[in-house]
Amino acid sequence: MIIKAGIILLILLISLMFPGVINKTNAKIGGRKGAPVLQVLYDNIRLLKKGNVYSRTTGFVFRLAPLVYFASILSCVLFIPLGNHKAVFSFDGDFVLFAYLMALGRFFMILAAMDTGSGFEGMGANREAYYSMLAEPAFFIVIASLSLFTDHTSFYDLFNHLHPQSNLSYLIAFLAIYVFSLLALAENSRLPVDDPKTHLELTMVHEVMILDHSGFDLALIQLAGGLKFAIYGALIHNLAVPVSLPFALQLAILLGVEVIFAMIVGVMESLRARNKMMKNPQWLIAISALAVIAFLAVLIITRKFSLV
Amino acid sequence: MKTDHKKYLIISNSDSVRLDAIPVLPYADFTAAVETLLLKPETHCVNYFAFPDHDGLKFIICIADDLQKELCVLSHKQDASGGRELASLTPRIPALHLFEREIHENFGVFFTGHPWLKPLRYAQERADQAADMNAYPFYRIDSEELHEVSVGPVHAGIIEPGQFRFICNGENVLHLEIQLGYQHRGIERLMLKKDGLLQRTILAESIAGDTAVGHSLAFAQVMESLAGIPLSRQLAIERAIALELERIAIHIGDIAALCTDIAYALGANIFGILRTGIINYTQSWCGNRLGKGMVRVGGTYHPFNETLKKNLLDALSSFEKMFVELSHRAYKLPSVENRFDDIGTLSEQQARTIGAVGMVARTTGIPRDIRMSHPFAGFKYYPYEPVVLSKGDVFSRFLLRRKEIKRSMAWIRDVLSHETFDEASERPVTLASLAPDSFCISLTEGWRGEICHCAVTGPSGDLRFYKVKDPSLHNWKALELSLRNLEISDFPINNKSYDLSYCGFDL
Repeated sequence: MIIKAGIILLILLISLMFPGVINKTNAKIGGRKGAPVLQVLYDNIRLLKKGNVYSRTTGFVFRLAPLVYFASILSCVLFIPLGNHKAVFSFDGDFVLFAYLMALGRFFMILAAMDTGSGFEGMGANREAYYSMLAEPAFFIVIASLSLFTDHTSFYDLFNHLHPQSNLSYLIAFLAIYVFSLLALAENSRLPVDDPKTHLELTMVHEVMILDHSGFDLALIQLAGGLKFAIYGALIHNLAVPVSLPFALQLAILLGVEVIFAMIVGVMESLRARNKMMKNPQWLIAISALAVIAFLAVLIITRKFSLV
Repeated sequence: MKTDHKKYLIISNSDSVRLDAIPVLPYADFTAAVETLLLKPETHCVNYFAFPDHDGLKFIICIADDLQKELCVLSHKQDASGGRELASLTPRIPALHLFEREIHENFGVFFTGHPWLKPLRYAQERADQAADMNAYPFYRIDSEELHEVSVGPVHAGIIEPGQFRFICNGENVLHLEIQLGYQHRGIERLMLKKDGLLQRTILAESIAGDTAVGHSLAFAQVMESLAGIPLSRQLAIERAIALELERIAIHIGDIAALCTDIAYALGANIFGILRTGIINYTQSWCGNRLGKGMVRVGGTYHPFNETLKKNLLDALSSFEKMFVELSHRAYKLPSVENRFDDIGTLSEQQARTIGAVGMVARTTGIPRDIRMSHPFAGFKYYPYEPVVLSKGDVFSRFLLRRKEIKRSMAWIRDVLSHETFDEASERPVTLASLAPDSFCISLTEGWRGEICHCAVTGPSGDLRFYKVKDPSLHNWKALELSLRNLEISDFPINNKSYDLSYCGFDL
C-alpha cells in the first residue's frame, strides 16, 4: 500500500518538474539562460492562490470543465503499474478506461471552449476534437499489439509478460515507445502539432481553448498538462525496463527516463519548426500507421497469422 | 525639366518646381493623360492627392517612370462652382483606389464609378464628421455555411491596432478585409503647424518608428530642395549607409520574428541576437538604436569618421560570420521550408494591379526600387542593383530579406573601400527659407519600399500642404489578396512576412 502511494507521489512530483525541464533545455540550446526549472511550479502555485474570472456568457460547464479535466487525468495516474507492483486500479481491459478517462477530460475542455462563444475558442475546440479523433487509433492499436503478444489485457500483465518471452519483445517495445512518445506530444499540444509558446490565437490548438480560463482553473489545466507527460513517461519506462530488475533501480530509471524524455522534447522543439495546420492530420495518421506496423510485427512474430 | 505636349511636367527625384510650371488640365484631359501614362508597365503612381487652392481643390498626381528614370507631374483644378463629382479612375487603374478614397474622405469629392468609396482612416479633419469608425462598412457575404472571424483592433502582443475581418469556410479564408486608422495622429496637419526645422524633422522620424531613417531622409530631401541647400557627396553617402543599416537591422529582426511565429526557437534566438549587433552600432554612431537623430536638414550632428568606418567593418564581419552560418541552416531546414513554401502567394499581375511597391513588388518579379530607378543620396554615386525574386510566396519574402541583407552589406563595403572620411561633413542648418509657390517631391527606398514626401509652399515660402506616402499604403492590399483560399492559421506568418506599418498607413 505504501509502495503504491509512493509510486503515485513520485509520478506527481515528476509532473511538476516536467515542463520546467523542457523549457530549460529549450533555452540552453537557443543560447539563453532560461527560467529556473521550478518556475512553472511557482507560477502554478501563484495561480492557485488567485480567484477565477468568469465571463458572463459562460455557464456551469465552463466552471466544471477544469475540475473534471484535472480529476480525470489524476485518476489516470492510478492506472499506472510499476515493476511488480500493481496499480491501484488494475483489471482486464483497464487500458480502455484509462484512454477514455483522458478523453473525458478533453471532452469537457472542448465543451468549455464552445461555452465561451468566442470565435477563436470554437476554432481551437474544433481542431482539438479532430486531432484527438485521429490520435486515438494509435493508442489502441499499440495496446492491442502488446495484448496479442502477451495474451493479457491489463496494463500490469502486459508489462509483466512483455519481456520474459523472447528478445523479439524489444522490437515491439521500441515501436510502442516511439508511438507513445509521439502521442504524448500530440496529447500535450507540443511541437510539431501545436506551439505552446505562441501568442497568435489563429494558429493555436490547445492554448486558444484555455484563453478564458484564469487563476485556480488555469493552474489545474496546466498541472494536468504536466501530469499527462509524466504518465506517458511512466508508460514508456514500463515498456523499456524489464520487471526483473531490483525495484529501487527501477525507480531510479523511471526518474532518468522522465528527465531524458523531457530533454528530448526540449531539443526537438528547438531544432525544428511546427507543422502547417493542414499537415497535422497526416502527421497523426502516420502515428497510427506506425502502430499498425507494430501490430503486423506481432502477428508475424507470434505466428498467429501466416501468409502460407 | 521639360513638358511633354504641355500635358505633364517631367522632373527627377527631389526636384522642386514652381507650382505654375505644372500643367493644369481639365479633368477629362487629366484622366486621359494619367491613363496613357499608367498603362505602360514601367510606370506606377507614387502619389496622388488634392489640397485646397483658393476657393477650390487642386489635384496633383506624380507618376514614376522607372525606365526613363523620371517623374511625371500633372494637375487638375476643380473650382468650388464646378461641383464635387468626378469620374473615378479606379475602374481602369485599380491602384488609384486608395488615393481616391483618401481625397473623398478629406474633401467630400465623389468619384462616380468608384467601386466602394469607404473612408480610409477616419481622419480627424474628414469631410463627413458623422462617419463613425465603429460602423466601418465591411464587405459581407450572407451565408449559412460561412462564418466571420474578427481579429483586433486590440491584438495579443505588443503590436499596433488594426481590425482584420475574415470570411471563412471552415479553416479556409475566402476573403479578408483590413480596417486601419486607429493610429491616426494627423502627421500631415502637424507638419504645417510645427514651425522650426527640428520639430518637423522629429515629426518625420516618428511617422513610422521602424523607418526613422527612411522617412526623415525623405523629409530632409524635400526641405533641402525647397531651400536650395547644397549637399556634399560625403553627407549623401553617410545617409545612404544609415539607410542600409536600418534595412539590415529590420530585415534580420523580421527573420527572427518569422522564426518565432513558426516556433523555430533556435532561429528566433540567434537572429534576434544578431539584430542587436547592428542596432548597437547605429547607437554608437548617432546615439539612438533606431537611427533617430541621424538625419537632419542640411547636414548632420553625427558625422561619419574613420573610427566609425573601422568599427562598422568590424561589426559587419562579426555579423556576417554568424549570419551566414545560421542562415545556411535555417533556410535549408525541411520543416521551415515546408512551413513557408507555397503559401500566401501574390502574383505579379496582382502586384501590378494594386500598385505594390518595395519588397512586396520585388518578390513577385517586378524590379521596382527607387535606389535604382530614381537614385538619391549615396545611390547616385554608387549604383544599387536590387534583388528580385519571382515566386511571391511567404518563402520568397523570407528569402528576399536574407538576400537584401547580403546585398546591402556588399554595397556598404564597396562604398567604404572607396571613400575616406577624414573631414567631418557639414553641420545641419537651423533655419531654411523655402522657395515660394513651389512643389517638391522626394522619394526614398526605405526597408519596406518607396517612401514619398510631397510639399507645396505658399506665397511667402511657408508650408501650405504636406503629403506623406508610406509603402504600407498599397501593400496592405497585397496581404488581403494573398490570404485568399489560404488556411486561417497561416495568416500570422503571412502578416509577419509583409510586416507592414499600421502608423505609416494611418499617418
